[in-house]
Amino acid sequence: MQTLYRNPRDRCLRGFILVAGAIVLAALTSAITTLAHAETAEAKGLAIAVEADKRDLGWGDTKAKLVMLLKNSQGQSAKRQMRMRLLEGKGDGDKSMIVFDWPKDIDGTALLTWSHKSGDDDQWLFLPALRRVKRISSSNKSGSFVGSEFSYEDLSSQEIEKYKYKWLRDEACGKLQCFVINRYPVDKRSGYTRQETWIDKTEYRIHKIDYYDRKNSKLKTLTFANYKQYLGKYWRAHLLTMVNHQTGKSTALQWQEYKFRTGLGDGDFRRNALRRAR
Amino acid sequence: MIRGSAAAVLAAAVVVALVVGLGSGQGAWAQGSGDKPKDPFDGRLSVSGNVGLEGRLFTQSSLFSSQKRATVSLDGEIELVYRFENGDRFTFKPFGRLDSADERRSHWDIREAAFLLRLPKDFELRAGVSKVFWGVAESNHLIDIINQTDGVESPDGEDKLGQPMLMLTLAKDWGTLDVFFLPWFRERTFPGRSGRLRAPLYVDTRKARYESKLEQRHPDFAVRFNKTIGKLDLDLAYFYGTSRDPALVPALRPSTGEIVLVPFYPLIHQGSVAAQYTTGPWLLKFEGLYRHGQPDARGVRDDYVAAVAGFEYTFYSIFKSKSDLGVLMEVHYDQRGRNAVTPFQRDIFAGLRWTANDAEDTTVLFGVVQDLQEGGTRGLFVEASRRLSGHFKLELEARFFNSRNPRNIFYGLRRDDYVQAKLIYSF
Repeated sequence: MQTLYRNPRDRCLRGFILVAGAIVLAALTSAITTLAHAETAEAKGLAIAVEADKRDLGWGDTKAKLVMLLKNSQGQSAKRQMRMRLLEGKGDGDKSMIVFDWPKDIDGTALLTWSHKSGDDDQWLFLPALRRVKRISSSNKSGSFVGSEFSYEDLSSQEIEKYKYKWLRDEACGKLQCFVINRYPVDKRSGYTRQETWIDKTEYRIHKIDYYDRKNSKLKTLTFANYKQYLGKYWRAHLLTMVNHQTGKSTALQWQEYKFRTGLGDGDFRRNALRRAR
Repeated sequence: MIRGSAAAVLAAAVVVALVVGLGSGQGAWAQGSGDKPKDPFDGRLSVSGNVGLEGRLFTQSSLFSSQKRATVSLDGEIELVYRFENGDRFTFKPFGRLDSADERRSHWDIREAAFLLRLPKDFELRAGVSKVFWGVAESNHLIDIINQTDGVESPDGEDKLGQPMLMLTLAKDWGTLDVFFLPWFRERTFPGRSGRLRAPLYVDTRKARYESKLEQRHPDFAVRFNKTIGKLDLDLAYFYGTSRDPALVPALRPSTGEIVLVPFYPLIHQGSVAAQYTTGPWLLKFEGLYRHGQPDARGVRDDYVAAVAGFEYTFYSIFKSKSDLGVLMEVHYDQRGRNAVTPFQRDIFAGLRWTANDAEDTTVLFGVVQDLQEGGTRGLFVEASRRLSGHFKLELEARFFNSRNPRNIFYGLRRDDYVQAKLIYSF
């Protein structure tokens, strides 16, 4: 080793090797960091979704009343009123029973949904005039729910597995600080390429979702307001407003009279329960 | 007598409809403000119902001079549901109609008057007059047998008379089992002499005959098992008792010398299966039955099988709009062929269902039933509906019948093409 130091040419060579090594190392490091960074944005997005989901575990069952106000671009409105029963899924998606009270011509119509973490949900419709229970297709994710600006996928049970995630940035949302993440629907029949979602850092509640259609242009914005906490743990928004930017129409969805752990069980979410849903 | 009671029921229905309807309408809006917190699923007594005003215009002159070109009809229904604190309930639902032309279409019926009791261990009991629907097909309800058809209401046969029953249900994860005891038989209703959409000969319902000596008191039994296996919904059922489908036997009325049809109700056994496979936008449907004891058009009581198989496929968001278009097709088969006493012996049904998915729930269903053995025999229909407000809805309907074969059921209806508009007030 000593001999090398004696030769200036050797020193020169050593310097060159060092510099080259440093460059390679720097390049490598930066590549690794970039890679690690990219992984972080997606892992971070997923981690946020997982945490939000974890904080909402164990609510059991819910009863609530819903009022929807559908407004067209001229400001004319129509009302939908329904009651909802929900049962938290164990291992699979949640089960829901929706009974319509208004408008009067669909009074007593009931919709039973067994949602699944992957694949289509199972759905049955009860038509009271014929006393008929009909299994219906649930593949129309992007279809309008009772003529409103909400589609079936907007209202269906939000499972971790239904999206891929990416953290975008942190920013203020009102008085709070929010994570902003993108949710990319896994289902090819979803009406969206992505959903830009604002989730607050303190309680992991969703405050806003921007929906981007298949052409990646902004289609709708959903805002969540009037959050209340139940059982000292579970946060529920009581006013959801969906605005369609492309048509100027909007739907306000009010949740009322939330009740938790009312003693509902699987027996209240079977096909035969549709007949006594009203 | 019947006309009088129907009128009374209707008058009461209209009054209650207006009073309760206005009240509940305001109530619904008041509830919107959410000032009274109560369990949304445990109201005590709920009152709902509807009143319909219907006008029918027949496009051709009638076969019989007593029949009219235009008819007006008023019908009403009230449903009272009383919920007990433990989740049990009692439902009472009377129905009545006043018709300008047909004295038999002016009638009333108790559609429901039943207790629904929730018993321990996932058992449930329905006791009283009620209604049960079996089946999956759209163009003909082949296996549906518990309730008798109210034949004066609509030629589609979807209106049913209330059936007295004890129905015990056991609903488990392995499936749902229903056991029926039906202690009283309801006779089918038929249009009167001045009513249209009827057989060329008058049906003398007062002379109805039965195979069972017990007549209407013959106890009928049925059992049904229903299970969902992923995408498949499967129904298996068995029925023993008096057939809901009468054989219509020509007979001479000695007093007038007129030839009339007399309903004969045989005792039958029927085993049936219904299945629907739901995948993506496809609904694949099948109904099949095996029946023993039912006379065919010649009066021969051979066992036979009958089936309907088909699909419904929906194109979502057609032409980049919110609306959907469903394509329906069903093939009907009856082993008895030309001797079958049904318009669906060897036929194909094709239909289109357009759903606007708008705030008014606008839908249009167009369908054609084509006989596969006789090119000239077919039926066409269009049904459309649109909501006008929270209480009002408009329904339009048109039906056309074609047949050159006097033995086909459509032959009797060949001059009974009609268009109909109905305004419905719901409360």
